Amino acid sequence: MDRLSVSLCGIRLDNPVIPASGTFGFGYEFAELYDINVLGTFSFKGTTLQPRFGNPTPRIAECTAGMLNAVGLQNPGVEQVISTELPKLAQCFHKPVMANISGFSVADYAETCRLLDQQPQVGWLEVNVSCPNVHGGGMSFGTDCAQAAEVVRAVKAVTTKPVIMKLSPNVTDIVSIARACEDAGADGISLINTLLGMRIDLKTKKPILGNTMGGYSGPAIFPVAVRMVYQVAKAVKIPVVGMGGVSSAEDVLEMMLAGATAVQVGAANLVNPTACLDIIRSLPETMDRYHIDKLTDIIGGTNG
Amino acid sequence: MKQSTFTILTQRPLTDAVYELRLQGDTSAITRPGQFVNIKLSGLYLRRPISVCDVQGDVLTLIYKVVGKGTAQLAAMQSGQTLDLLTGLGNGYDLDLSGDCPLLIGGGVGVPPLYWLAKQLRAQGKQVSVILGFNTKSEIFYEEAFRALGCETTVTTVDGSCGVKGFVTNAMDLAYTHVYSCGPEPMLRAVFRACKTGGSFSFEERMGCGFGACMGCSCKTVTGYKRICREGPVLQKEEILWTD
Repeated sequence: MDRLSVSLCGIRLDNPVIPASGTFGFGYEFAELYDINVLGTFSFKGTTLQPRFGNPTPRIAECTAGMLNAVGLQNPGVEQVISTELPKLAQCFHKPVMANISGFSVADYAETCRLLDQQPQVGWLEVNVSCPNVHGGGMSFGTDCAQAAEVVRAVKAVTTKPVIMKLSPNVTDIVSIARACEDAGADGISLINTLLGMRIDLKTKKPILGNTMGGYSGPAIFPVAVRMVYQVAKAVKIPVVGMGGVSSAEDVLEMMLAGATAVQVGAANLVNPTACLDIIRSLPETMDRYHIDKLTDIIGGTNG
Repeated sequence: MKQSTFTILTQRPLTDAVYELRLQGDTSAITRPGQFVNIKLSGLYLRRPISVCDVQGDVLTLIYKVVGKGTAQLAAMQSGQTLDLLTGLGNGYDLDLSGDCPLLIGGGVGVPPLYWLAKQLRAQGKQVSVILGFNTKSEIFYEEAFRALGCETTVTTVDGSCGVKGFVTNAMDLAYTHVYSCGPEPMLRAVFRACKTGGSFSFEERMGCGFGACMGCSCKTVTGYKRICREGPVLQKEEILWTD
């Protein structure tokens, strides 16, 4: 097992595979199919201070090698996550979980983080400044260095847990945003959130999504994600969690070579509910094939 | 929920665009009529949700209409080929609500899930009435199948080319103890308005996963937010909130 283990912001993971927020709910649906304790950890459904229904349906559209979603951060709100979801999760998951949070103001982010920081089950706070599907918040905090840094400072002031900033690829220069987060005290960076996209129904001539635009995820975006992980990992000293279109053990190795310490798997969980289990099981033989002894040996190891 | 491989036994067209697919595999996760399966098709990213029409032992019957790339690809598949299915999805219809003489109302490709329901209600000795609504005579399917179960079956067509002319609601003037319905949303709304008893209505929505993980198919109800794929697709009359 030690071949696979990594350390993320001082917390040991049995393996680097982490289901991404929004594709794994609070874990129970998947716990019906397999023991989710095999995961490194998972990032739970994006949580906000107040409950949210999210966007009108349709929220989903098929794309080439991927999908668009415009769910819009549907969640029961932080209080109910703490009172209902976390106790339920404790029954089927016994490792530190990654708490994914989002907000509409700096104060929102800070208060949601403060409440989740007090939960012993929470290992890391993954702060989403990159949701493309909400107005007046979300991504707007992640497209500006000063605003992203402000969120980091506000969150760091109220938490003792590692803070990982989840960044948007929908920016001109992701490296400068990552550096701003690092300078403001972030403990890690995760990237990439979805790429903003749109589909139009030829029969109705209308956008397919109720919200017009949505986030593109799936294997199609993998090369974009590898490139951005590579650029950011070279520019910062804090650990980077890579994600975007990861669907196989080979993809995990590629992300780690690009500089990722851990790797999130998103859309693949929706199509193949055992995707993460399959990846974890096939990691050792895939490592053998590429003469990799331990995963920690290859982080950022590409020669490019 | 279960993920497993099914083998195609037969595939036949029922009308120009509607196909009946019989598959063999592990049906053990399918517990109620009104549930659905989610089918992986090569070259397409998202699975395609299709309602369960019938289960007999390890044989699963699905009926679907060709409406896009996924269903066209499915229609081109032949016996012996295999499909990766997620089974046992959705809540399905609650038979305990039926009373002695339930009324089943289906429109177009909303008809299939009512077949296994009718079969189970008949096995319980219930007096089952069925109204099947179609646009026109050439689109009718499974009328005889419902009759063969011993259901009092009425067909309606919008253009009057067969059966009662008009909509399913034009044939609802009969005594019943509960309504079970599945069909396009305008039909469900009309049935909802005309329904004089309790009712169970099955809804459709574009889905990401089909098993409750992505929140892609959520709707608002009187009793809170529900996922069509998980707490649905069947909602009870008293919890439905229509949105415009």
